[in-house]
Amino acid sequence: MSDTESPAEIREQPQQAEMPFAIVQGAAITSLPQDLYIPPDALEVILESFEGPLDLLLYLIKRQNLDILDIPIAAITHQYITYIDLMEEMRLELAAEYLVMAAMLAEIKSRMLLPRPEGVEGEEEDPRAELVRRLQEYERYKQAAEDLDALPQVGRDVFPVSAQVPERQQTKQHPDISLDELLLAFRDVMKRADMFTHHHIQMETLSVRERMSNVLSMVSADKFVEFQTLFTVEEGRMGVVVTLLAILELIKEQLLELIQAEEFGPIYVKAAGGHAELPDDFETSADSAQA
Amino acid sequence: MTDISLKCILEAALLAIGRPLSLDEMRGLFPETDQPDVPTLRAALEELGNDYAERGLEVIEVASGFRIQVKQDMERWVSRLWEEKPLKYSRALLETLVLIAYRQPITRGEIEDVRGVTVSTSIMKTLQEREWVRVVGHRDVPGRPAMYGTTREFLDYFNLKSLENLPSLAELRDIDSINAELDFGPLEGERR
Repeated sequence: MSDTESPAEIREQPQQAEMPFAIVQGAAITSLPQDLYIPPDALEVILESFEGPLDLLLYLIKRQNLDILDIPIAAITHQYITYIDLMEEMRLELAAEYLVMAAMLAEIKSRMLLPRPEGVEGEEEDPRAELVRRLQEYERYKQAAEDLDALPQVGRDVFPVSAQVPERQQTKQHPDISLDELLLAFRDVMKRADMFTHHHIQMETLSVRERMSNVLSMVSADKFVEFQTLFTVEEGRMGVVVTLLAILELIKEQLLELIQAEEFGPIYVKAAGGHAELPDDFETSADSAQA
Repeated sequence: MTDISLKCILEAALLAIGRPLSLDEMRGLFPETDQPDVPTLRAALEELGNDYAERGLEVIEVASGFRIQVKQDMERWVSRLWEEKPLKYSRALLETLVLIAYRQPITRGEIEDVRGVTVSTSIMKTLQEREWVRVVGHRDVPGRPAMYGTTREFLDYFNLKSLENLPSLAELRDIDSINAELDFGPLEGERR
């Protein structure tokens, strides 16, 4: 860069310059002010947005409008290493790939610095060629990823449709009926009607509470009464059931006590409280008479 | 059966099923003795699509068949029906997906070569769960790594009929060919 070139001409040529940290009011700042405070998290956002070393390299190249086919290796390596160091300083977890890339860049740089053996190998291959190829390859797919995302996506740009389906009509088959079947059905109906003769069953209102008082009056605290005597069979089923319910209620309210010596043996009932002597024929295996 | 009623039948079927309907399935709507042939179906579908020209819907052919869907320009109103923003896919996922789509069948190692980073297991899992990607075979090299390819559902989601309809990749520029064009001499050591 000679000093005789006008500023306009300088701007037109792509220049290898120190990448400014920031442009503040048109002026580039190439060194950090001494008293600048960057919260540790701030840079993390930017640096973590790289998808890997190739992405970072592409960024560095594009940022300076460098030609990907003619990368100045020394400068790029230097910048790359600076970024890596920055990331380490920010204590970002550095994927191994970044360090591998740094090594690769250093290797390419050293290859370019060494004098090339003339005519030893057939074609002289640019040591940067492999890197360039990889960068370009990555760039293609990076672009393709953006293009794919730009395509209309179901649920984001286009939406599926559906319509309410009318209820499925079930065609009912009506079977033909013959007269005989009709008469048979009618006969059954008649039979059932006959059963509905005048047979009024009147419910006797039996109160469980009333029965409870009855039972209590039949038992005493002093002597045992056989269970079966509490029932009046003539009352029929309903009566027996009501008596049983009354007895159970009394037991629940702890007004009645029941004992049975052995299986299927007679059950004896007495009112709670008091002390009664067991009847003579009462045999207990254990001495567990209720007192 | 006139063509007009065929159009209505197809429209009703496409709306009722709510997913892409293949041409075979459309033929199956009719009794075996009276099935329309494929050109007839395509003509009716095209006519249906033309009917929708002034409306908010469109008929589109995707990998799994034909589908009626809401037009893209309706999106800015229709999307307000749903509170949640639609999923935004990360760059890593899109780059991985794109590599599988354009270079299938491709192994994880090959994907890593191009991207320069390890393929994330969670990304592969997501792609397979969404049924966009599946294992299509194994490469016959030590380790027998799985090869991945894309599915029809992937194409359906992006409104594509086939892989050929994917946006084309940018062309690779060859460093040597560019040099030849510009008639540069052999490369020197370090410039600038």
